[in-house]
Amino acid sequence: MMAEPMGFFTDTTVCIGCKACEVACKNWNQLPSREGGGGELSGFSYDNTVRLSGTTWRHVQFIEQFDEPYDAAGRWLLMSDVCKHCVQAGCLEVCPTGAIIRTEFDTVVIQSDVCNGCRDCIAACPFGVIDMNPVSGTAQKCTLCYDRMSVGLEPACSKACPTDSIQFGTISELRARADQRVAALHEQGRTEAYLYGADPNGHLGGLNAFFLLVDEPEVYGLPREPKLPSRNVASGSLLSTIGAAIMGLVGIVMLRHRRADEVAAEEGRGVAPPPPPASPPPPVH
Amino acid sequence: MTVSRREFLRVSTGAGAGTALGGMLGLGISLAPARARAQELRIKDTRTVPSLCPFCSVGCATLIHTRDGEIVNIEGDPRSPHNEGTLCPKGAAIYQLHRNPNRPTRVLHRKPGATEWEEVDREWAMDRIAELTKRTRDDTFIERLPNGKLVNMTPAIFHLGGATLDNEFNHVCQKILRGIGVVAIENQARI
Amino acid sequence: MGSNMAENHPVAFRWPMKAKMNGAKLIHVDPRFTRTSAACDLHVPLRSGSDIAFIGGLINFVVNSERWNTEPFFRDYVVNYTNAATIVRSDFQDTEDLEGVFSGLKPEPSAGIEQWPYNAFVGTYDTASWGYDRPGGVAREDIDADQRKAATMRSGEAEDATQPSQGAGDDARRSSVPPEGWDAMVRSLKPAPARRDPTLQDPRCVFQILKRHFSRYTPEMVESICGTPRDKFLEVAQSLLDNSGPDRTSAFAYAIAWTQHTYGVQIIGSAALLQLLLGNMGRPGGGIMALRGHAAIQGSTDVPTLYHSIHGYMAAPSALKEHDTLADYLRAEVTPTGYWANMPKFMVSYLKSMWGDAATAENDFGYDWHPKLLGDHSHMASFAAMVEGKIRGAFIVGQNPATSINAKLERDGLRKLEWLVVKDNWLTETATHWYAAPEVRDGSVKVEDIQTEIFFFPSTQIAEYEGSFTNTQRMLQWHFKASDPPGDCRTDTWFYYQLGRRLKRMYAGSTLARDQGFLNLVWDYEPDPQSGRVSHTMGEADELKVLREINGYYTGRPKEHLPGFAALKDDGSTTCASWIYCGCFPSWDRNLTAARTPDPPGTPGAHLGWGYAWPANRRVLYNRASADLQGRPWSERKRWVWWDGSRWTGYDVPDFAATKAPNAPANPNGIGLDALSGTDAYIMKGDGKGWLYVPSGLVDGPLPTHYEPVESPVRNALYPQQQTSPVYKHWRKGADDNRIAEVEDPRFPHVMTTFRLTEHYLSGAMSRWLPWLAELQPELFVEIGHDLAREKGIANLDRVVVSSPRGAVRAKALVTHRIGVMTIAGKRVHQVGMPWHWGWAGLVKGDIVNELTSLIGDPNVSMHEGKTFVCNVERA
Repeated sequence: MMAEPMGFFTDTTVCIGCKACEVACKNWNQLPSREGGGGELSGFSYDNTVRLSGTTWRHVQFIEQFDEPYDAAGRWLLMSDVCKHCVQAGCLEVCPTGAIIRTEFDTVVIQSDVCNGCRDCIAACPFGVIDMNPVSGTAQKCTLCYDRMSVGLEPACSKACPTDSIQFGTISELRARADQRVAALHEQGRTEAYLYGADPNGHLGGLNAFFLLVDEPEVYGLPREPKLPSRNVASGSLLSTIGAAIMGLVGIVMLRHRRADEVAAEEGRGVAPPPPPASPPPPVH
Repeated sequence: MTVSRREFLRVSTGAGAGTALGGMLGLGISLAPARARAQELRIKDTRTVPSLCPFCSVGCATLIHTRDGEIVNIEGDPRSPHNEGTLCPKGAAIYQLHRNPNRPTRVLHRKPGATEWEEVDREWAMDRIAELTKRTRDDTFIERLPNGKLVNMTPAIFHLGGATLDNEFNHVCQKILRGIGVVAIENQARI
Repeated sequence: MGSNMAENHPVAFRWPMKAKMNGAKLIHVDPRFTRTSAACDLHVPLRSGSDIAFIGGLINFVVNSERWNTEPFFRDYVVNYTNAATIVRSDFQDTEDLEGVFSGLKPEPSAGIEQWPYNAFVGTYDTASWGYDRPGGVAREDIDADQRKAATMRSGEAEDATQPSQGAGDDARRSSVPPEGWDAMVRSLKPAPARRDPTLQDPRCVFQILKRHFSRYTPEMVESICGTPRDKFLEVAQSLLDNSGPDRTSAFAYAIAWTQHTYGVQIIGSAALLQLLLGNMGRPGGGIMALRGHAAIQGSTDVPTLYHSIHGYMAAPSALKEHDTLADYLRAEVTPTGYWANMPKFMVSYLKSMWGDAATAENDFGYDWHPKLLGDHSHMASFAAMVEGKIRGAFIVGQNPATSINAKLERDGLRKLEWLVVKDNWLTETATHWYAAPEVRDGSVKVEDIQTEIFFFPSTQIAEYEGSFTNTQRMLQWHFKASDPPGDCRTDTWFYYQLGRRLKRMYAGSTLARDQGFLNLVWDYEPDPQSGRVSHTMGEADELKVLREINGYYTGRPKEHLPGFAALKDDGSTTCASWIYCGCFPSWDRNLTAARTPDPPGTPGAHLGWGYAWPANRRVLYNRASADLQGRPWSERKRWVWWDGSRWTGYDVPDFAATKAPNAPANPNGIGLDALSGTDAYIMKGDGKGWLYVPSGLVDGPLPTHYEPVESPVRNALYPQQQTSPVYKHWRKGADDNRIAEVEDPRFPHVMTTFRLTEHYLSGAMSRWLPWLAELQPELFVEIGHDLAREKGIANLDRVVVSSPRGAVRAKALVTHRIGVMTIAGKRVHQVGMPWHWGWAGLVKGDIVNELTSLIGDPNVSMHEGKTFVCNVERA
């Protein structure tokens, strides 16, 4: 019953940094805004979202690369980041409750009603994609609009994207399209263009959300060699595993509730700074 | 057993190998594909109404999904030759123009010199405005200039706005105002 | 140029990006490197406000280039479809002859009449000498004027016409309507033909004049004035030339960065001139795209909630012109040749829509009841008058003047009002200025001292009502109601409909002469219970009924809609508010604005079945020019409209007399389209030509000329004798609340340009209350270059104070190389930029950037110079 693997191809060379993807995602998934719609200027170019989080499942990066005023060789790299829906997904592997599943579309989805908010997946993700949603008290991230896909609708972000920087489709078709695009760019002399995460034999068995980039992965805050947590972390002790398991069973609802209270209290005190970025945003040159 | 949330997290992350945890407890971890828990599609069984984006002048077409007269979702209309279903962030946020706790829904009135608004009856306010309009027009109406030119106008009433509103508004607005002699009619096209 | 399309019209930018994928070259000429620049092949920096110098340079490059002088297409197009060959009067003198001004300058200020002294010209021109050379004479000096002439021309404020009334002194005056119809009058206006030299050699032909006029605009001059590196300028020039011709077209997209200047109309004119020279007008993929700012801003210009015009771009009757009777009005406004010769039909049908049965030939169709302008009643003029207590009541509907031009001055004006109605979706700065404005919070104004009676009415949002918007492509699209509004929220149409109903009751029975017009005003928008239409919120007007009145019908038979403006009559037998919208609702049950049938994929994409684009559902204006002299497409690749041997046909609705053959001669005795030939593609122009040179209609010159902004840190390098436009508008000149910096004022050394961000909308009223948008751009900032930051010791995110002679605002610094220092005429000039979306209301708040701007305006359209002025930046 496996449908064909589906995913995103994000061509950063046509992104205009409009953030329609961020808002369309929030609209469809009814996600809240930071501090109810506020915050401070980040100072990182036009990026005030700063990172993916439990309430921001699309994030547009703004990377200014200029050495002088109106630098003729300067670039403003714009890139809409999202969950990579890894073929070998660390989050899924570490999830103690089975909340994270691989769907029939080969995408990775956190089932909110099963999540106990343990945060293992947050640590396990090599891309810093997952975080807590303070409203639900669960770990959340892009679902690739599983609900829309299930009835044949395109995900909200790719549908909204005005320049088709975000493309949705079957992985095989997207890879073919991406290869063509890279070839076309190379032909135009833009030989720096390459695909990140499109190779099924590459890291994590390939990413079902892959990217066309024109600079090193680190420039976009992406790891050059993303790794599975199981290969990073030694096996844990049985004791703590059992302890966690017990908590996992009895504590899901209670803890979620408490987490929501904590968040509310923090917001009430106005001391809920956004957590630091998983990888620091690139400096403004 | 009382474990604070933060302690719990330390414990569970200390456990490290979540794979083992999941497998042990049989909580559904499986690397085989699965169908996610049925999540009700937000726009299931909704009515779809064709509409437009009210922000800039591109004229993107939208679809509004309503259930029992309540707006459930708004997104781009894929049929439109302008936007083909796409929207910008403002267009994607139209839902919050409607469903928004900050939205004022009552008629307010501030008396001269008062320090506070008062909520007033809508019909009363309209009556009062009609009275003020008539008084101002009648007090300031110029039928003729000293040189004999017939002008039939009042220079003392000003209207501003219209570019965010539909053509029908603009027609009705300029018609009633010109009808009573108001010429200072302006909108955003000049700023 | 003049547009930040990717940021402000992101979805429209979908199409340039698709073109880019297909090999098109995208160029962004802008003072800032923006998200648009990032997506383009080339970003070309220029100093804010120097656009005419840049385009003038392109014009000079083109007319002297080998390709332009050898490719036959350009010559065919320019000689036949433009006025290049037309000869100008011998007393015309160019800026080249007069050190930067044209003939006819009267350098004295001109304020207007005593009752309304707000015209604010610092000087005016007598424009007569700019006209065509007509050896046979003219019936009127201004007769070949394009009727879509500038606002201040239409209102009469640009003329010194305070002559007494000619014939309207008598209430019981006789009708001015000629019993035999208007044709004879129109014919009597016909001027003698203008002289032409199709070889383009005559030194006084338009082409030779413009060639001389732009000869100073060398790449070196462009570099000096604009700060644009020469190689980049030349790359733009060469690209434009290479991508224009029979099988290629180039387009310009602009927005308010071209309009908010004291010479904004001339900037746009310079692009029109260039595009005509390159044969890029009336053709697919060509033209000049005005990217307008609001969903209905085109509609609110067509259906004008603007002082200077009435429906369909007719001039609002004015006390400053010879508009005393209907015949006087038409004599002053009709262009006897070209399509505007039909104006009597448009005007009479409009008057019928106003006064219905009471409008008869005997009473000039009620013309006397129509109010007349006293001068400039524009936004800035009105606030200048308001500050002086001349305006007592104001309706502010979906606009936010408390944050607008020279914002403190506008708020001072609002506080002088006796009453103020704010109708909006949000408690805007304008709704709350009386208790929340900075001058109230700091105690310099006491709330108790504000004697204004203020009302706030909450409005419906888009999903809660129905109606039509006209987008920037002139396309009307209907939107349907999906949901009922909450609480007291009502449409803005409801407001004026209800006001009208109440006033009708209050004036009923009046016998005063001044009230008779209003008593006769047709005011019937009550939903018909028999119509079977969806339920309406209580008291709302029937929006479809309004659209029926706009489209028009046969008088007395409201169910018989007019099929199009060709059906209009000048005898009162047709009733139609807007001739240009006539045809959008061609029969009782065919509302074409609601049409939703796009073309299938892979077709040329005129999409005639989607919405309704005025006029006559045309998508490309003047599209006769997409075919050659014989009526064949200029190339297969650029096929759009063509002559099939018996009629014009094509992908679009042809913008030409349907069966006039390409070789048809003009009828020398004809009026209207009869007076034009089969190659006169520009049918709204009296001479049927695209105007490279504007013989009438503008008040500040027939050709664009580079002047410095009124506030500038440098001297005019092109014409050292003439710093600014000699005829811009300056309200409250000399008043403390509208001070202007002198040239090179050391206190304000930097060039400021204002801009918008994708994430917000205008003053922020429609975005700062939306959490999803507010979080994306939470704070006001000023973009400054690293050089200025270093000089001033400012680090990224530091708080700074930005000041102009009008005021100061606080903001955070965003230090970037996307803007910065330029060398202008040998001088280092820092440019800085600020988005202006903030105010004190909303989820995210910030200072109002318009505290810095001034009541200085374009002489043609009274648009303010908000896109470039001088400022200082210091650490807070």
